[in-house]
Amino acid sequence: MTDAAPEGVRSTPHGPSYQGGGVDLLLLSGFLAVAAVYVRAIAFTPVEAVQGPAQKILYVHATSAFVALYLAFALLAVCSGLYLWLRDEKLDRVAESAAEVGLAFTTVVLITGPLWGKPIWGTWWTWDARLTATLFLWFLILGYLLLRGAVEERAMRARYSAVLGLLAAILVPFIHLSVYLFRTLHPMPIVLKPSAPSMPTEMQATFFAGFFAFALLFAGLLRARYRLATLRDQVLDLEESH
Amino acid sequence: MPDITVALPAPLVPRPAPAATPPGTLRAAWLVARKDLAIEFRTRTAFFSAMVFALLGITIFYFAWDATAVAAIDLAPGVLWVIFTFSGLLGLQRSFGVEQADRAMDALLAAPVDREAIYLGKALANLLFVVGVQVIALPAVALFYNVPLGDVWLPLAGIALLAAFGIVVVGTLFSAMAVNTRLAELLLPMLSLPFFLPVVMSAAQTTARLLAGRPVAEAWPWLRILLAFDLVFIVACTLAFPYTVEE
Repeated sequence: MTDAAPEGVRSTPHGPSYQGGGVDLLLLSGFLAVAAVYVRAIAFTPVEAVQGPAQKILYVHATSAFVALYLAFALLAVCSGLYLWLRDEKLDRVAESAAEVGLAFTTVVLITGPLWGKPIWGTWWTWDARLTATLFLWFLILGYLLLRGAVEERAMRARYSAVLGLLAAILVPFIHLSVYLFRTLHPMPIVLKPSAPSMPTEMQATFFAGFFAFALLFAGLLRARYRLATLRDQVLDLEESH
Repeated sequence: MPDITVALPAPLVPRPAPAATPPGTLRAAWLVARKDLAIEFRTRTAFFSAMVFALLGITIFYFAWDATAVAAIDLAPGVLWVIFTFSGLLGLQRSFGVEQADRAMDALLAAPVDREAIYLGKALANLLFVVGVQVIALPAVALFYNVPLGDVWLPLAGIALLAAFGIVVVGTLFSAMAVNTRLAELLLPMLSLPFFLPVVMSAAQTTARLLAGRPVAEAWPWLRILLAFDLVFIVACTLAFPYTVEE
């Protein structure tokens, strides 16, 4: 993220390297890595004995959850906090990009989860602690993006969304605590709870390759989205200066 | 959603004493709260709408379930907390909405008081608003759902107060933000409700145990979450509020 011009010099078109198109190599390699993981997961990884082919969704589901929670949401929270302190527009743009890409990954988690849950648990949805927490994380990110869309003025939008991003980070532990407590007091009729069986090495390799591939895809998407935000702000600056 | 535009009565503008020393944070907060309550007391629009909304909600809920299948005592905590949450939102929307008229918010911000005091005052007025609705709705649920409050009314009132506190501290901050957005009052529930989840869960679970005659100790894990939420968010929101009203 070295492409933003110093404040005030934006009106002169200074050419960051990505202007004028070209191939986003990071994003491309992200997509290629994910495709490679798919191929490996489908063709070169053994089928799980009990769950059958349904288990293969793990390579998409758990990896997306990891990206959404530990990369996207963490980045959103950290950048929100730092923005209120440093007031750097770049941080706001990173937070914005992390939220949007994070929403995409959280949506993937929420779609692949039920797809797996139906054949394995026998139900699309259950109010299990993890499911509830993920759903509310999704609501939080959605609310964050709605708030961004509803504020016209840039500085105000940055401040408001930073406040919300920071408070959401404080809220997440509370949601976790309460949904876990809810579940322990009201056990859910889950036929089969996925324990953590020791995976064969082939599966582990695919699994970890999946983490890497999705993290790479996240980085690619985040950078592309960040560049879009930068260009949009530059256009706005140009419009304002004329 | 009642859109109230009330001109600020002149004598109610918080003015410092003749000595011209600005009031301290708590005193300023009290002045802001008193101003809001005076507006509410003179118009009574929001309170009556929230009260009627609560009573209507309680009656509609009754017909939404089969009385032979679900015992009233099992339903009451849920009804109570859904009603409290939504009628609370009605009051919270009004909180900064009243400052829109004649750009009263600018005058409030220009006053020589801490921004935190404005937030605390608004939150205090909202707390009294929500508690006022609870004072009506709680007996109404007891009456309509035939729930004997008997000797649990005191702990129940305590939980209602703690939960109202949690709802109000977060909701007041979001009200200050939502009022300046294009979506205005539509945004407030979308921002607030995920934050109300731990509060409503704790309060409803505790209420259910109290109404079922279980010892309070059984609800202690829930109470702990509620208390921690109140403490953490009153601090976080008080510190965050100045960022939402900067010029």
